[in-house]
Amino acid sequence: MTAPESARVAPDNPLVAGLERLPVQPTTLVIFGATGDLARRKLLPALYNLAHEGAMPERFHLIGVSRGDMEHEEFRKDCEHAIREFSRREPKDDVLTGLLSQVRYVAGTFEDQDVYASIQEVLEEFDAEAGQRLARAYYLSTAPMFFPVIVEALGKQGLALQDDVPVRVVIEKPFGTSLAEATELNRRVLAVFDEAQVFRIDHYLGKETVQNMLAFRFANGMFEPLWNRNFIDNVQITAAEDIGIGSRAGYYDQSGALRDLIQNHMLQLLCHVAMEPPVAFNAEEVRNEKVKVLRSIMHPSEAETAEMSARGQYTAGHVGAEDVPGYLQEDGVPATSTTETYAALRLEVDNWRWAGVPFYLRAGKRLARKITEIAVTLKPVPHLAFSQQGSLGVRPNQLVMTVQPNEGVSLQLGAKIPGTRMSIRPVNMEFNYGSSFLSQSPEAYERLIMDVMLGDPTLFTRNDEVEAQWGVCDPILSSWAASSGPLPTYESGSQGPLEAERLLLPGHRWRAI
Amino acid sequence: MTDAVWSDQHTNPEAIASALRELLHDRHGNDGLVPERVLNMLAFVDREFSGEIVNRLSGVGRYHASRLILLAYEPRQQYLDAHVTVASDEARAPGEPALLHETVVIELGSAHMDDLLTIADPLVVTDLPTLLWSPHDHPEAVQALVPLTQEILVDSAADPVWRDALDHACLLSEQLYVVDLAWLRSTPWRERVAAAFQFPPRRDELETITSVTIRHHPDSTVSAMLLIGWLASRLGWKPSPLVAHAGRSPELSGKASSRRQDVVISLEAVPEQEVPGLAGLTLQTAAGRSLTLNRGPGGLAAHETTPRGGTHDWTILGASRGEGGILGEGIRQSLLRDPTYTPAVRAAQAMVP
Repeated sequence: MTAPESARVAPDNPLVAGLERLPVQPTTLVIFGATGDLARRKLLPALYNLAHEGAMPERFHLIGVSRGDMEHEEFRKDCEHAIREFSRREPKDDVLTGLLSQVRYVAGTFEDQDVYASIQEVLEEFDAEAGQRLARAYYLSTAPMFFPVIVEALGKQGLALQDDVPVRVVIEKPFGTSLAEATELNRRVLAVFDEAQVFRIDHYLGKETVQNMLAFRFANGMFEPLWNRNFIDNVQITAAEDIGIGSRAGYYDQSGALRDLIQNHMLQLLCHVAMEPPVAFNAEEVRNEKVKVLRSIMHPSEAETAEMSARGQYTAGHVGAEDVPGYLQEDGVPATSTTETYAALRLEVDNWRWAGVPFYLRAGKRLARKITEIAVTLKPVPHLAFSQQGSLGVRPNQLVMTVQPNEGVSLQLGAKIPGTRMSIRPVNMEFNYGSSFLSQSPEAYERLIMDVMLGDPTLFTRNDEVEAQWGVCDPILSSWAASSGPLPTYESGSQGPLEAERLLLPGHRWRAI
Repeated sequence: MTDAVWSDQHTNPEAIASALRELLHDRHGNDGLVPERVLNMLAFVDREFSGEIVNRLSGVGRYHASRLILLAYEPRQQYLDAHVTVASDEARAPGEPALLHETVVIELGSAHMDDLLTIADPLVVTDLPTLLWSPHDHPEAVQALVPLTQEILVDSAADPVWRDALDHACLLSEQLYVVDLAWLRSTPWRERVAAAFQFPPRRDELETITSVTIRHHPDSTVSAMLLIGWLASRLGWKPSPLVAHAGRSPELSGKASSRRQDVVISLEAVPEQEVPGLAGLTLQTAAGRSLTLNRGPGGLAAHETTPRGGTHDWTILGASRGEGGILGEGIRQSLLRDPTYTPAVRAAQAMVP
């Protein structure tokens, strides 16, 4: 077993004080699925941008592993094309050349143990070249069916352990497709790696605005006293996309909206809204509090599922003044598919702070526009002395935290309309991220890859956390699977299926997407 | 989108502030135009170079101040002439707001020097931090504007006399938070030295450094002094004045006392280096480890000799930020706090021959 993280990194290097970037241990990163879409679009550009900014460890090597048979040079060309196409900045040739010079390729199927022997050879070659053992990080950017296969093969080859330096494994989503699968996957992963070595990625947690939710709640005294069942009427969390499934039919049709977005990203957002203040901002304390929230969410009975969940599938329609096909007409989607492209839930966090406050979650594709937001609606004032005639009237205060695209926070207040009458209308007080910080947010993957190399799992999902997430979603998925009724539909470009309306408690309504 | 502009001659601060408010109001009336509210920047410059300064500031990319107040000085200027621009970025994506940033250029003369504070005060956005920059060396203007500012931007490397630059930086750091561009240029070097000793087994060798050689462009002695000052202050070395060797190499040499042993210090000018700044660094430890970093293509070229005599060479990747990037970084750093600069510059000052 590797030594604890705290033992590896001396805490008192006096040269570190004042530096924005903490030193990163020299590392070899092994990407499984290195020629796949995620690697090309996100991982390789993120690595380049880290190198560009001088944020990489003093020594960094990359090994790409994939099925395709190719030479190192061919893979390097492939990496170069991906970086040039998808990097958020124009690559500088000398930095790119330097990065690519440290890249190797290992071809083979993930079930083939010889592949791992080849990986070991290259890892040891890099260690010898460096004159020291380099930290190792294995990034599983493959189809989920290969996660346990790769992990067990790494263990069998003796690659999961290393004296003196850390070995870590990064596992992409989806982490299972049900509670049983997630539990089994955890069991198999943790039979090889220690939990401290495992980084289950949810790229939403790498977004600055998601992290800012904790700063917003816990660094401002004005909100926390109101942040409970006494003052908050309901919470709505929306992740709407205007696009369809594109070329992801193979994945998406097996997944659906609930598994794709709600089980992971949206429950993370819910946790950020509902969690208690952690005693310290470190991995264990933050994740302890999130797990408490997930365990507080009431699991519905089968009968209750129908009242607190809704789903739908998009049909043809118009988005952005263009005609778009329905889900069943998308390339690669079976004509009889019953996969939901929209899912909505009403959840209750049954604890002292939140009992009785509904949390509405909805996610979908081909909706009216792209937006991810959290809207917290306060209870109305108990008595109103003002006439509401001739005005829009007083509405409950609403705090909206927008994750994308216009990152910021908006507070809806009531204000007097200029004139002789005391008429009130809602006005917005806006905090716009872009207008308040000089710095552009780095890509979530840059931050997360850096955290992996630093060994900081705060922004990654722990084993009990991922199981608690599935614990919330499992009864709903089971109920939907058992349902024999027709799948509701909604027109592309709309607000979603009408069925979602019945989730709302009296007096509540969905915010316009 | 077009910029909103206003200009007037023989004007006054109240009229300028009023014009700014009107321009902002007009632009805000259009959907999606949001004034940035991050940082005021107050720049006092010689008028003949004000265009160059504006160009430099426009080259910093996204790290620009939200409101720039440029006081363009020409001794004979009798009246205040002002030019105000409220510019917007192109909308980044459909539905995303465009940001407005504001530039106020005021031409003024000797007659206004006693009133600088009251001229600038109405124009800074209240409750935002204000960064002062006087690139053309006007200490009297700096002192007049200090009450309005919390941070000051300097470039020690631009001072023709490096000893004076260190004195100046020390003095300013007693009044304001100093952001020194020469210090920021050394950040990659400091990061890499810190990283080199962060992890076992090298961590324990930090206290056994026996010699430091810093190579630099002939005009960048101050950069080398700041770097050795940083090492001395962070590692608790007792600095003592170096010895200057005019026209010979090393340019400066001497010793500092650490807890375990003396540290031999050499600062060497490298005439072959074409660009200003640091050229390289070599550290040696008592155990016989040697680490050399040299400026190279695509990052820093590293060479290590181990206590057993083995050698390793590699490149530490990183792109040059360029002067525009450094100035932008200076503006960004004014929002942060680095507690290590002042001790470093004081240690450097203590090593001045």
